[in-house]
Amino acid sequence: MDWSLKWDIFIDKVSYNNWNNNFVKMLGNGLLITVKIAVLGLIIGILIGTLIAAVKVAPKYKLSVRILDKICAVYTAFFRGTPIMVQLLLAYYVFLPMIGVRGIDPEAVGVIIFGLNSGAYVSEIMRGGIKSVDVGQMEAGRSLGLSYGTTMIKIVIPQAIKNILPTLGNEFITLIKETSVLSFITVVDLYQALRNIATANQVYEFVIPYIILGVVYIILVLLITLLVRGIEKLFARSDRSATNSKRKKTRKAKVQL
Amino acid sequence: MKEVILSVQQLKKSFGEKEVLKGIDFDVYKGEVIVVIGPSGCGKSTFLRCLNCMEDASSGAIWFDGENLADMKVDINVHRQKIGMVFQQFNLFNNLNVIDNITLAPVLVAKKNRSKLKFKNFKIKIKNLFSKEKTPLLDLGDDLKTIKEKANQKAMELLKRIQLEEFAEAYPSTLSGGQKQRIAIVRALAMDPKVILFDEPTSALDPEMVGEVLELMRQLAKENMTMVIVTHEMGFAREVANRVIFMDEGVIKEENNPKEFFSNPQNPRLKDFLSKVL
Repeated sequence: MDWSLKWDIFIDKVSYNNWNNNFVKMLGNGLLITVKIAVLGLIIGILIGTLIAAVKVAPKYKLSVRILDKICAVYTAFFRGTPIMVQLLLAYYVFLPMIGVRGIDPEAVGVIIFGLNSGAYVSEIMRGGIKSVDVGQMEAGRSLGLSYGTTMIKIVIPQAIKNILPTLGNEFITLIKETSVLSFITVVDLYQALRNIATANQVYEFVIPYIILGVVYIILVLLITLLVRGIEKLFARSDRSATNSKRKKTRKAKVQL
Repeated sequence: MKEVILSVQQLKKSFGEKEVLKGIDFDVYKGEVIVVIGPSGCGKSTFLRCLNCMEDASSGAIWFDGENLADMKVDINVHRQKIGMVFQQFNLFNNLNVIDNITLAPVLVAKKNRSKLKFKNFKIKIKNLFSKEKTPLLDLGDDLKTIKEKANQKAMELLKRIQLEEFAEAYPSTLSGGQKQRIAIVRALAMDPKVILFDEPTSALDPEMVGEVLELMRQLAKENMTMVIVTHEMGFAREVANRVIFMDEGVIKEENNPKEFFSNPQNPRLKDFLSKVL
């Protein structure tokens, strides 16, 4: 492959007729949509996932809880059992027309499906997180007269979230990358933006745009990794290791003196 | 005649096929310190946990504050506010610092009661709109800020009492076992309980720290706090208890004042048990 030729074609293309502004704009918009849908999807996913996890771990004395539990099981089975692409297609081309809704913004459909899909995964992650919290924490809360729900919200779930942060980071990364299937419902995400760039001005040159696509994804994921590390540190203030690390620093400082 | 705080009648508890408690009758009088001893697996922890319905009794009655706690329709949360519990594994809330550990429940309960009153006032207001006789509104008591401040003040006093006030902002993971357990005890005290249940409070501590926890419990006993204590500390039982109970095979085998209990045991199983542990 002649790399210099590929670069020449690409640079010619983006600089032709002052088109480079357009190139930056397309790339930026695609990036923005990818991040937006992944972030909103994750937020919805965490909310739904936490609710479902709370139902899944709740004691099953009451009929209402048992019914909710079954509904949650069906929900999880559907959203984990089918590819997200199929869910997008079904929602946008089958479900919405079927109930007579037309002209809805495909981005909104994307956010909702990503949220629902992520909710199914987060519910299992969160369930594991809740189970990892010592049962004594719930007992202590209940023994003080707090209700199951209050103890869950104030005591158990904050500790569960701390435990599952690395896994949630993983989920975020998966979402970012999965946004590339949004092009199936006409959303111009990062992938579609680079495709559009590749085919713009009747010059069909894919090599450089696809390399850019890969590089942008990697940078995004690395940034998320850093972000998750930062959040983990924030949550770790109640850990013993957090106080220890401070101490190590002061020791080092003394040695330097 | 002393006031009965907690009264248990024919309490039975089964886990599946296995019957752990086989009918226990038991009264707790105000200001009394009761120590429950017995071999492992005899059901003494289960018995204690049934008293505040951490385990639901299979049958029988637990009378507290004029209500039967074994009845599933009773709002158990309201009663648990007045029955403190201290655990073997301390169970301090790991995500909260010491002061929040102590104030969390008092503040949330006060807030809840306040919003209940608010709702009642709202109903009265609506009633007043349609009737000539105006019903006066209920007094809401302290506002949210004052509730929080008072709870903090009280928590600091309690921490001062156990000489841990400098740890108010520390997280439980940085404390020693003895410190954790003393904080767990004052956390229970912050609710002004009528009785405190201790489930082997010193079993997870190393010998040096057992002393500081027992000392605090001794002080509470002197202040006439009602306590039911499951423990293996025989010396403590002899010194502090008003009544010692020996449980085995899911029933109370012997019950007496500590002097008689330790010097003149009647039940053969108890004699055997005491010869091993003393």
